[in-house]
Amino acid sequence: MAFLVINKVNKAFGKTIAVQDFNLELQKGEFVSFLGPSGCGKTTTLRMVAGFETPTSGRVVINGEDITNKPPNQRDVGMVFQSYALFPNMTVAGNVGYGLRIAKKPVNEIKKRVDNMLDLTHMSEFGDRYPYQLSGGQQQRVALARALALSPQILLLDEPLSALDAKLRVSLRSEIRAIQQELGISAIYVTHDQEEALSISDRVVVMNNGAIEQVGSPFEVYNFPQTSFVANFIGTLNTFSAEIIDPEQCTLKVGDQTLAVVHDLSAKQRGEYVSIAIRPERINFASADQNNNLLEGSIKSVTFLGSIVRVLITCGDNMLCMDIFNNPYLELPKTGQHVQVACPREAVLVLDK
Amino acid sequence: MASTKDRKVVEMNTFAGLRKLPLWSWIWFILGLLYFVLPLYGTLDFSLRMQRDVIGLKAYHMAFADKAFWQTFGYSFFLATMTIIVSICLIVPTAYWIRLRLPEARRIVEFITLLPFVIPAIVLVFGLIRLFSSPITLPVAGIVLLPPLTNTVFGTNVLMVAGYMVLGLPYIYRSVDLGMRTVDVRTLTEAAESLGANWYTIILTVILPNIRASLLSGALLIFAIVVGEVVLASFLGIKTFGPYLLLLGQQRSYEPAALSFTTFLMTWAAMGIIQKISGGQGHVAGAH
Amino acid sequence: MTENTLPPPKVRVLNSKIGRWLGIVPFFIFAFLFLLWPSFRLLIGSFTDNQNHFTISNIIQLFTVPTIRDAYWLSIRISAVSALGGGLLGFLLAYSITVGGLPRVIRSALITFSGVASNFAGVPLAFAFVATLGRTGFITAILMRVFKLNLYDLGFSLYSFAGLSLVYMYFQFPLMVLIVAPALDGLKREWREMAENLGASSLQYWRDIALPILLPSILGAIILLFGNAFGAYATALALAGGTLPLITIQIGEQIQGDVMHNMNLGYAMALGMVIIMAISLAGYSWLQQRTERWLK
Repeated sequence: MAFLVINKVNKAFGKTIAVQDFNLELQKGEFVSFLGPSGCGKTTTLRMVAGFETPTSGRVVINGEDITNKPPNQRDVGMVFQSYALFPNMTVAGNVGYGLRIAKKPVNEIKKRVDNMLDLTHMSEFGDRYPYQLSGGQQQRVALARALALSPQILLLDEPLSALDAKLRVSLRSEIRAIQQELGISAIYVTHDQEEALSISDRVVVMNNGAIEQVGSPFEVYNFPQTSFVANFIGTLNTFSAEIIDPEQCTLKVGDQTLAVVHDLSAKQRGEYVSIAIRPERINFASADQNNNLLEGSIKSVTFLGSIVRVLITCGDNMLCMDIFNNPYLELPKTGQHVQVACPREAVLVLDK
Repeated sequence: MASTKDRKVVEMNTFAGLRKLPLWSWIWFILGLLYFVLPLYGTLDFSLRMQRDVIGLKAYHMAFADKAFWQTFGYSFFLATMTIIVSICLIVPTAYWIRLRLPEARRIVEFITLLPFVIPAIVLVFGLIRLFSSPITLPVAGIVLLPPLTNTVFGTNVLMVAGYMVLGLPYIYRSVDLGMRTVDVRTLTEAAESLGANWYTIILTVILPNIRASLLSGALLIFAIVVGEVVLASFLGIKTFGPYLLLLGQQRSYEPAALSFTTFLMTWAAMGIIQKISGGQGHVAGAH
Repeated sequence: MTENTLPPPKVRVLNSKIGRWLGIVPFFIFAFLFLLWPSFRLLIGSFTDNQNHFTISNIIQLFTVPTIRDAYWLSIRISAVSALGGGLLGFLLAYSITVGGLPRVIRSALITFSGVASNFAGVPLAFAFVATLGRTGFITAILMRVFKLNLYDLGFSLYSFAGLSLVYMYFQFPLMVLIVAPALDGLKREWREMAENLGASSLQYWRDIALPILLPSILGAIILLFGNAFGAYATALALAGGTLPLITIQIGEQIQGDVMHNMNLGYAMALGMVIIMAISLAGYSWLQQRTERWLK
């Protein structure tokens, strides 16, 4: 049995349904992110694992023990809040050691454990400081140390990096991941930042409107989104409505141009419309010998973004976004230029809904 | 949409355990409510029992029939009005000037406006009466700069208004300053200046209308202070409402209760208006 | 420096350094005449004798003359008792409307009540309590009729230390509500959740986190309540006349007639009050800053 089981969990606040039919199994040592827009129920789900909310129905089981109705102070889970939630009246060491003091551990054991945790989070020099004397990033390190001090069975992180600036976010997230892997602890990480979720997780749970849209490795949810919500929420995407020309040959018509896909369309009818999606980095200028899966249009704008160059192409009624890698010897395409672009057949995704 | 929803949800459930049974909260609340209401009920009940075995408004009739009541109350009203007008004329330009041109004076002026908190009213009155009941002379030649204010009716009125202004200073200054901060007078002024308005026009047509809510709440607080004030008036021998009520309390029993209840209703009305217009915290004033 | 062809900028009077200060001269004149000068006179007067010579004997007499010393002590005690009592009740009320889980309607109603009650003081307040707990007050009467209990036989009197404290508490506890409710609002729910998460019980949370965080605000508010009661005069006068010799009542007598035959002693008594007030308000602002530092 999995280490953490969230089974058929529903949560309603009055008439609002916050989470519906949430099922997830988490292995020991696994790092899972809940990703979705704010209000999608990811935080509520996390709070049900922590015990701050009780599910309306369903069960939460950790390590074989049903904890659905256990009060939060008996759950043995570590928590890190977005707002750090450090106790302002205690020093850094006091904060980290608070749980151990509540558990009535011997003083020297507390001290040793606190030192260990501060070492782990590179905060050893700050043990005597008060939270107001620390920067946001430092405070979050302390909050992490505090959550880990009790060696919880599972670590819950509720948008821990959202209040920090971009650079710090990137460095701290890899640190969190490294610590998690070092300790081999299971973790749930709530975020609305797709890049964060993709870079840090073993698996990503994409949520929308209280329900799970897709669960999979970062690679899977990015490359093979199952729903248009996932496709649109993660990364930049071109989506078109396309008319099926031939279900057997898997050919579609976008505007008056034809595309072929690898998706099995045999269940569909000719003339039916489907949503298709193409990642901008999968599109390229067509070379002379290519005559498959071509789209034509004129360049509307060219934006230099550093490592990539983003080209917007007016393609019939649609707008096509194409990313090409930067290259100092590359001649940037010109606005108004008429171009032909190609995308491989397998790059065109047909979305289920 | 959801972050607010999320927060609301969280708020509702933060103290779920307590929410189920906020018994103690209710007990404290009811205790506080009783403390608040019982004396008022007592006053009302008492004031309605002037006639034996009859509940009636006789005490109110008697109290309002007294000419001295109208005279003293009218006088207090007059003094309150004067105090409010002069205070506004003094404080609005000062606060405006500090905000706009003289931010370095903020600390000292704020300190001065808070002094009446440190100096109890009775001490201040003591000092005022001692200072202005004798002539103020130039130390060198013995030239009289100012005859004793307390010798003339006008001088006494001036002293009263000045004294009330000092007592109300912390409230009116804070109120006006806060109003100016919330409407951002600097930007308003610059906008008006760019349209060619002069200072006088700016204050009268731009600043005053925009801070009228804070002016009104400051004015009502001053009104509450002046109408209830006893110390300054009684030591200057002025017959305002406060000393009148005090004296009436020594001579009669039902009418003072009736007037006390009326005063309470007025305080309630004034504070109610302030709450309504400021929407925030109640202020603290009063002639304790 | 040679091409000084531009005309020198026209300096408007009101833009020069001195000119700008002219703008608040009326305020300073007013403050000087009616606030600073009288206060200064009190200060000087406290240190002069009848022959206009410097002396500290007035100050010494504050501590040595029994009536004055007792008056200060009585004022201090009554202010402290009403501040602590009002502070406690006010805190519990503020608790019940913030984190205590009472509905929001109750909260706004109570805040409005508090605004009114903290301003309802002086003579009318004294009369209200006479009508309630005086010898013929309605609670006294009910206790007599229903429980055959005579409060005044049991040693209670509205015109005593306990009675006046009870009256003062009427404007003290609402003030406490107004000051402490925002501080209670400042308790982040995450602190409580975090404490729970780390295994703390509700009691442990209050003992280890909430109360230590609130303590500066609570103490500061109680100091403010102390000052609020310490300067009170009209309420005590209307309630007990001269029977409770508070320091304010003593100064009042000093103003009306020179009872001590030494006006300068009166100044010193007033100065003593100012000093006590100044110390308590300094304490208040120190605690205030401490809280802000923590919670910034």
